[in-house]
Amino acid sequence: MKRNKFTIVESRAVVIPKDNIDTDQIIPARFLKTISREGFGENLFYDWRYDSSGARIEDFILNTPNGEGTILVAGKNFGCGSSREHAAWAIADYGFRAVVSSSFADIFRSNALNNGLLPVQVSEGFHSAIINHSKSNNKTTLKIDLMKKEITVEESGDSEKFEINNYKQECLINGYDDIDYLLSNIKEIEEYEIYRASSL
Amino acid sequence: MKTLFDKIWESHIVKEIPGGQSTLPGGQSILPGGQSILPGVPSILYIDRHFIHEVTSPQAFTGLRNRGRKVFRPSQTFATCDHNVPTREQDRPIEDPLSRIPIEQLAANTKEHGITYFPLGDPSNGVVHIIGPELGITQPGMTIVCGDSHTSTHGAFGSIAFGIGTSEVEMVLATQTLLQSKPKQMLIKVDGELSNGVCAKDIILHIISRLGTSAGTGHFIEFAGSTIKGLSMEGRMTICNMSIEMGARGGLIAPDQKTLDYVKGREYSPKGELWESSVKRWLELRSDAGALFNTVVEIDAAAIEPMITWGTNPGMGMVVHGKIPPAGSQVAEKSAVDMVGAEKSAVDMVMAGKALDYMGFKWGEQLLGHPVDYIFLGSCTNGRIEDFRDFAGLVKGRQKAPGVTAWLVPGSKRVERQIEEEGLGKILREAGFVVRQPGCSACLGMNEDKVPEGKYCISTTNRNFEGRQGPGARTILAGPLVAAASAITGVITDPRELVHATDSDNATGSDNTTGSENTYNSKSANTK
Repeated sequence: MKRNKFTIVESRAVVIPKDNIDTDQIIPARFLKTISREGFGENLFYDWRYDSSGARIEDFILNTPNGEGTILVAGKNFGCGSSREHAAWAIADYGFRAVVSSSFADIFRSNALNNGLLPVQVSEGFHSAIINHSKSNNKTTLKIDLMKKEITVEESGDSEKFEINNYKQECLINGYDDIDYLLSNIKEIEEYEIYRASSL
Repeated sequence: MKTLFDKIWESHIVKEIPGGQSTLPGGQSILPGGQSILPGVPSILYIDRHFIHEVTSPQAFTGLRNRGRKVFRPSQTFATCDHNVPTREQDRPIEDPLSRIPIEQLAANTKEHGITYFPLGDPSNGVVHIIGPELGITQPGMTIVCGDSHTSTHGAFGSIAFGIGTSEVEMVLATQTLLQSKPKQMLIKVDGELSNGVCAKDIILHIISRLGTSAGTGHFIEFAGSTIKGLSMEGRMTICNMSIEMGARGGLIAPDQKTLDYVKGREYSPKGELWESSVKRWLELRSDAGALFNTVVEIDAAAIEPMITWGTNPGMGMVVHGKIPPAGSQVAEKSAVDMVGAEKSAVDMVMAGKALDYMGFKWGEQLLGHPVDYIFLGSCTNGRIEDFRDFAGLVKGRQKAPGVTAWLVPGSKRVERQIEEEGLGKILREAGFVVRQPGCSACLGMNEDKVPEGKYCISTTNRNFEGRQGPGARTILAGPLVAAASAITGVITDPRELVHATDSDNATGSDNTTGSENTYNSKSANTK
C-alpha cells in the first residue's frame, strides 16, 4: 500500500513534556470500537482535551494556538501500554507526521513506522534543549530531515543525528510498507515451512 | 552458548537479510524484483500461532481485502471475542451497537477466511491469553503473536510471544511472518522461598516497581530461578503477562515437567508419537550455562511482600503496608523500607505528584485502611482458576463489605465451569459475591463494566493508567489475595491479617490446574 512519502518535515514543535504517555491517554479504549482506520484524530488525547462534561479544557496545548503543528514532542517512554495501533492512527490522523522523544515503547515504535509516522529518538540532552527552547519561544520550529537522519532546532541551529534502520528509512521515503516486502518473499516462506516440517 | 530465546528465534528465521545469507533453504540475499539489498533489514520471522480478537483485527482484514489477498495459513490463526463483550446475559444480543459491530465483523471475517473462531457463549470462549493455553494451542518453542500487548502471557510455556499492531496482524494473516529485529535480552532470576500470603502478582509488581516501567524496553526477558520454577503455570503466566509493563516485548520461562503436565491432553496439543517427539524437543529448550544476557537482575523472593500500586503506572508500587514517600524526598533514592524502589525507580517527583493528584492520595500517606469502592478480580493477568481459588479461599466463611461493588469475572468459559465444579462458586455466593461471565471487562472498560469517576478500585489487572477503567477511575493494582481481603473489610487490607486467621483449613500448594480434587488455597504461589 502506498503511503505518504516522508523526506523533510518542518514545523512548530507541539510540546507535551510528560513522561510515560501511555496509549490509554493517546486514545482511550472506549474510542476503539470503529472498524476503520480513519477518524481517530478527533479523539486523540481525549481526556486531556475535554473534561467529563465534554467541555474543552482550554489550557491543554492542543486546544491552544501552540498546538498547531505537525511535530509532537513528548517525554520519555512515549506510547507505553497497549499494542493498539489506533494510537499511531490517532496521532497521524490528527495531522502529526513525527513524534520526538528520548525513548519510545517498542510496539508503538513499530506501529508508528508502519503508518508513515516517524518516531525520532533523541538524546536526553537534546530533548531537554528542545523543551527549554520551547518554554521561552512557543513557536520553536523543528526540522526533521529523514534523508540525513537529522533533527534541527531552527532558531538555535542545534542539531542531532537520529537512528532509524536503513530499511525503514527507505520504506518511509518511498511510501512502502513491510507487507509489500513480505509478500514478495512468499516462496521462501513456503520453502521454510517445508524445511521446518521435515526437521521436527 | 545460546539463550532459550536465541534457540527459538533462530529456528524461526525464514531469511536474514543484511550482510549475509540465511543458512536455511532459499537463503538468497537479493530482494525479489532485482532491487538492491537494503542494509539493516530485520529478519523475516515465521509465526507458528496467531490469535485475533474483535478490537485490533477488523482493519487488518480490510487491508487484506483491499490488496485482494487471502489468509495465507488460516489453520494457524485462532479467534475469540473478549474486549467488548458484556459480562452478564451473554446469551442476549449485545445492546451497544458500537460493541456489537466489531464482534459481528470478526464472525464474518473468520467465516470468510476459514479461521477457527470461539464466539460468545462457546464453551471455549474467553480472554485470548487465557484460552490459548487452556486449549493447548499455546505450546513450548513456538512463536506466538496477537494484536494485544499481553500476548507476552504465552511466554510462560517457553515460547516467544509478543504483542503486535494491526498492520502486523495483516502481515501475519497475509504471510504468516513478520519483519523483526532481534531484541536485547534480560535475565531476571528470582530465588528463595516466598512468604505466606505472597503470590505471583506480588512478584511481578515488586520487580516492576524496582526496575521501572521502561527498564525492559527493547528486550525480551527470561524469568528463571527457584521461585519461578516453584510457581504453577498460572503463576508463571501472571509473571510473563506483565513483562510488557516494564516495557519488554515479552517474557519467557523454560519449559519443565509442570509445563508438559499442563499442555498434555488438551484439545490442540500433540497426541501419540507426536507428543513424545515434542516432549523431547521441548525439554531441550533452555538457556545454556554461560549464555550471555545484556542485563541480569537477581531478586530475593524472601524480600517480597503483598504489593499495591499508589500511582498511575504499574511501576508506582509499594508493599501493602508501606507509605507513599513524603513530599520533597527523592523517590528514586528512597530506601527499600517502605517503597520497593531503591535501585533504579523510573518514578520521578513531578510525575508522582501528578499521579497523587489523580489518585487523591497524599505524599507520605499509608494506604492500609483506605476505603475502596470497587474490587475487580479477572483479566488475562489474574482471571485464571488459581486466582479464583486464592480469592475464594480467603473470603470463605466471611462476608463482602456492604459498601463494596465486586466484579468477579472469570477469564474463560472453562474457568467459569471450573469455579462451579470445584465448589468455589458456592463459597463466593455465600460470601455475598456474584460470578459474572468471561471477558476483559473492567480491565480496560470497553464494555459496561466501568469504574465511576473518582472511585477507588482494587484491581487484579495490569494497568493503573489514568482513565483505564473508566474516565476518572482510580485503579490500585494488586493480586487476588489483597483484592479478596479488601473486599471483605472494605478498606485496603494486608491479606496476611486474614490468611493467618483462617489458614489452617486451607489446602496447601497444589498447582494442578484441572484436577477437581483441588479445593482452593490461599498460598498457591507458594508451592513447595
